[in-house]
Amino acid sequence: MSKKSIEILVGLFVLLGALALLFLALKAANLASFSNGGETYAVTARFDNIGGLKPRAPVRSAGVNVGRVTAITLDAQTYQGVATLEIRKDILFPKDSSAKILTAGLLGDQYIGIEPGGDPNNLAQGDVITQTQSAVVLENLICQFLFNKAADGGASAPAQ
Amino acid sequence: MSDKPFIEIDHVTFGYDSRRTILNDLSLRFARGKVTAVLGGSGCGKTTLLRLIGGVHAANSGRVVFDGEVVDVHDKAQLYRLRRRLGMLFQFGALFTDLNVFDNVAFPLREMTDLPEALIRDIVLMKLNAVGLRGAAQLKISEVSGGMARRVALARAIALDPELIMYDEPFAGLDLVSMGVAAKLIRTLTDVTGATTLLISHDVPQCMAISDWVVLMATGGRVVAQGTPAELMASTEPEVRQFVRGEPDGPVKFHYPARPVAQDFGLEAAP
Amino acid sequence: MNFLQMLGRRALDVLASWGRGALFFLDLLRAVPGALARPGLVIAQVHAIGNRSLVIILASGMAVGFVLALQLYNTLTTFGAAESLGLVVNLSLVRELGPVVTALLFAGRAGTSLTAEIGLMKAGEQISAMELMAIDPKARVLAPRFLGGIISMPLLAALFSAIGILGAYVVAVLLIGIDAGNFWSIQQNGVDVWRDVGNGVVKSAVFGVICTAVALYQGYETEATPEGVAYATTRTVVMASLGVLAMDFILTALMFSTP
Repeated sequence: MSKKSIEILVGLFVLLGALALLFLALKAANLASFSNGGETYAVTARFDNIGGLKPRAPVRSAGVNVGRVTAITLDAQTYQGVATLEIRKDILFPKDSSAKILTAGLLGDQYIGIEPGGDPNNLAQGDVITQTQSAVVLENLICQFLFNKAADGGASAPAQ
Repeated sequence: MSDKPFIEIDHVTFGYDSRRTILNDLSLRFARGKVTAVLGGSGCGKTTLLRLIGGVHAANSGRVVFDGEVVDVHDKAQLYRLRRRLGMLFQFGALFTDLNVFDNVAFPLREMTDLPEALIRDIVLMKLNAVGLRGAAQLKISEVSGGMARRVALARAIALDPELIMYDEPFAGLDLVSMGVAAKLIRTLTDVTGATTLLISHDVPQCMAISDWVVLMATGGRVVAQGTPAELMASTEPEVRQFVRGEPDGPVKFHYPARPVAQDFGLEAAP
Repeated sequence: MNFLQMLGRRALDVLASWGRGALFFLDLLRAVPGALARPGLVIAQVHAIGNRSLVIILASGMAVGFVLALQLYNTLTTFGAAESLGLVVNLSLVRELGPVVTALLFAGRAGTSLTAEIGLMKAGEQISAMELMAIDPKARVLAPRFLGGIISMPLLAALFSAIGILGAYVVAVLLIGIDAGNFWSIQQNGVDVWRDVGNGVVKSAVFGVICTAVALYQGYETEATPEGVAYATTRTVVMASLGVLAMDFILTALMFSTP
């Protein structure tokens, strides 16, 4: 086999491999949808319970990805969970926006949803989101449901 | 042999491992510009001798002297320098099977020199012409017969015009015609280029015909006799006579050591 | 006492062979810069090792993709999670099956051919001939093959994963009827380029080093007989496979352990 044709075949092989990698990265992974190299600014949000939120969870507003959760720590003074969010620089939220921990689908991964407020000033690097809603904990929900049920039963009994 | 020998083996002892010593306190000289043949039966250390000269192994004791320089196996720079001056023909050619005839002969030129391709082409064709295979330049190694492969290997060995050419069993497995061709080439090369030639072989007639000096070795790396071909052919020593005449039994026994025949065939009671 | 002596000697032999292997590997690394200066040789080896393995890698990748999709679908529907079929297939391939299965196939196809080639070259005294021509066989023969293997492996693993995902697409979307849009978008949301694809590439590069180095070592150290070469090729497959699996465990633990 001549040297030239070997080189062409090897070039084709390398090209195919590179295309496969590109395909994996773009079509089958999250490179296209969120560029990690983009400019971001960091804000924190405090929650009483962060539930199943994990680092690298998405931050969404109106369902659209606007950032990532980069760190989750416990504040030893207030015993609150502190989540650090990196939000794309070109998307600004008012200072009184609220952050909720939501679940994607019924049993899916948890993410942070940001609802914009009305403050003319915007969140900047290092600000704290003050309005937060913690994750829904299933046990508390059941407890509450049973308690309500018992209260209803108790309320209807004297009415009889 | 008045001038300094090209290769000197000075009281060399060598064994691959501690159990077997192949060469024992061996001393030899190979004269410059002459054909020296080293004859001997299998296993007497002839190929090992070539390896020691080429610096592949280090002698356990003694020195190997290459044109006045003591060969130091650990000095890579020296080995590189010395090996550029030698060409070796391996027993079955040791041609590179993934290259064709031309590329095999061109290999040392391409690897060791910066010569342009056009010049390399001319040199390769000249070397192939010297061995009579200029027309076979484009053949693949698999298409080449044993005798031709040997000649291609020879062309490769002389590609860099070495001062020392070593042949490991160049006549083994060749028909008479090819043997004659090989012998003629070996002699002509030495005469024309003045290279020192070292010939390892079993083949007595061919070696005697073309050598200037013959060394006869026996198992254990012992030198049994050395001298001109005429001297050895006329020798009366039993070992020399047996080897030179090819007698099946003599100082080198025919039978491998064994128990008495009668015992093996149950003809008498075991002691 | 005799048994202990034998045990001790075996242990020392094993240590010695590991030592030889390590020294050989160091020699290989030292010869790499020289090989990089001869790109023609490396390219020829990438062709011999990589291109020639394409057929088996692509066929296996597609087959694995088909089978994964079929098998996982059954399990996932019981949890009502059939839509995430694409995601699960993707992660299985990109993180694990791609690098590991490609490495095992590589050890079998390319590894054995390397071992046999080097072993036969040694048997035919081509290596000795090169040494006596003052050419370092490690730089001329071994290092280009080493580089060829390291370059080919990640590419082959990527191709395996990619074609596996495409195969799963065919089964999931075209045959079973899962929504195509969901198939891709759930993957895009769930697979991280650097953590999953990137780590997969790192794994396959490491496996490439292991498989190629083992194959070259076995070929170089083999006895110059037909039995010796046959034994060496078997040893290549066994040692390379075991090495890959062991390294896979270590790398997976390092890369994918939950924070």
